[in-house]
This record gives sequence, structure tokens and C-alpha cells, in this order.
Amino acid sequence: MKGILGRKVGMTQLLTANGIVVPVTVIEAGPCYVTQIKTAARDGYTAIQLGFEEVKPRRLTKGEIGHLRRRGASGQPSGLPMLRILRELRLRDIEHYTVGQKLQADVFAAGERVDVKGISKGRGFQGGVKRHGFRGGPRTHGQSDRLRAPGSSSAGTTPGRIYKGKRMAGHMGAAPVTVANLRVELVDPERNMLAVRGAVPGARGGLVLITEARKQG
Amino acid sequence: MANLIDSLDAAAVRTDLPELEPGDTVKVHSLIVEGEKERLQVFQGLVIRVRGGGMNKNFTVRRIASHGVGVERTWLFSSPRVGKIEVLRHAKVRRSRLYFLRGRTGKAARLKERRAN
Repeated sequence: MKGILGRKVGMTQLLTANGIVVPVTVIEAGPCYVTQIKTAARDGYTAIQLGFEEVKPRRLTKGEIGHLRRRGASGQPSGLPMLRILRELRLRDIEHYTVGQKLQADVFAAGERVDVKGISKGRGFQGGVKRHGFRGGPRTHGQSDRLRAPGSSSAGTTPGRIYKGKRMAGHMGAAPVTVANLRVELVDPERNMLAVRGAVPGARGGLVLITEARKQG
Repeated sequence: MANLIDSLDAAAVRTDLPELEPGDTVKVHSLIVEGEKERLQVFQGLVIRVRGGGMNKNFTVRRIASHGVGVERTWLFSSPRVGKIEVLRHAKVRRSRLYFLRGRTGKAARLKERRAN
């Protein structure tokens, strides 16, 4: 298991050698640093904590600075830069990682499959038609005010209430979304650039987590 | 950040082909894949449209095939499937999209030649 944090730059197209157009999302990925390793003995689970985006120390709280400056078990300094974003990545094989290790876009190679997780664009308060794909009502046959109505939400006396989780209008988007099994089309560690085939959740400039695909093949 | 995209697009643009304008009569040598084999096919006709920019620039060539059937093909200008483009003739045109030619046949579909000054 491996992963890296990045920011969505936007979409474009690539041309293959035989003239096929490939839609890709360009991601500015890394450099990330391993800022902490969670062990089963101390934390009850295994994970690595990744830090992303260097910032001036005054942008961080003293607690955050202390966390990044924490010395290792043998007393050596962590050597970490000040980082704006910290995210955990649950994985089993923590032996491959050490605190202070730098991860760049080249953790992935072209042709590999990845999952990309991001926060989808916020849609605000939306009706059932947009939010859940309800069909709405008929346009004709004497209908009024029923075009995008949600229809009946329940039966009558039995059950006499509305079930929890009933799909209704409400806040849509701005939620974590993972897109599975995208092909890595391009890797450029010099420019911290990754290009994956297809679309990726979130707005341009949004934070994304790229991990090895969980369900391959 | 967005210049990552711009640099990718700029790198994909082909500069070895001549500039095309609507009204040009051209021969496009296009790469055709037939099963395993690849060969060049020549398509000669009139450029009726050039649209887009950068790597997305594309153009449409119209020719009258047998039995007077109009055939239009569109290529991505920077596509590796375009082998070579020969510009044979420029015509004097006043609009950028020569769609009016679709309704015309024979003598009515001729355009006046524009000689290089």
C-alpha cells in the first residue's frame, strides 16, 4: 500500500502515439513527508501520517510545530519542514516507512491503477430530482406544481411515520468521494506532476489523496 | 499550477504542418490502421472549417466523392495520424465556416482563387 497527497490542477487531453485522445486529470502530487508512524503497540492500529505543502512556521500553531519537530526515539531531529496539511493513511506494511521520508510523484509509475479520494464540489440544498435522481412528476395531464416533486414519502397509518434515511431534498456535495481504478498516464517527479485517466472529485485546487487501487483488475 | 496543463498542451502541438485556412484546397495524408497494418491514405478536398486552438485545434476537409456524394473528414491538427498536409490552392473566402458549400454542387460550389501576394 502506498499513497500521496496532491492538489487537483485540472483536466486536459493527451495524445497517444497512434493518435488516440486520452482524457486526463492533472494532479500536483507531493512532495509529501512521512510525519508520524502509528504502530499497533502504541496506537492500536497501523498507519502513516503524511504531511503536504510547506508553509512558514508562523502559519502553524505551536502544537503543530512541536509535532513536526518531534525527535525520534534515538533523539535525532526529525528534519521535517513545516507542513500545512497532515493526513493519515491506514496501511499494514509500516516497516517500509520512516519519519522524515520524502514521497514524490514517482511512488507511482505510468500504467499503475490508483484510487483518488477528494471532497466533491458542494451543490448546496438540492431537491430530490438532482440529489437522488427522482423522476419528478408528469408535465401534462392537468398537473401543477408537481414537475420536480418527490412524490409520496411513505404509506399511511401503517407505519405512521417516515423511515429514517428516507431520501429527500437536502444538502448535496462537499462530501468525500473516491474514484476507483484510474490509470496513471503520466508521472513527472521533477514537476511533482501526476496525470490520471478520467475525472477526479472536487474543484481545481482541491486536496486529493491518491492511493494504490484497492480493487485491481 | 495551471501552467502544468499549459505545458502539457504546448508539448503536444505539432509545428511541422503548414497553417490551414478555410478555403484552402489540401491533400491530407492520413494514417489508416487496417488490422495489423498501417498505410497512408490521401484525402483531397477543401478546408471548410478550422476550429479550436493549441492541441485541440482541428480542421474539416470536404470533398465530393463518387456519385456526387459529399464526404467530410475532421482531423485533430496535432494528431499523429496526420502524416503530411499539402496545401494546393487558397481561395478567397469571407467567412470562417464554409458550411454554405454543403448546399451547393457543381459549378455553384466553386470558389475564387486567391493568389499569394
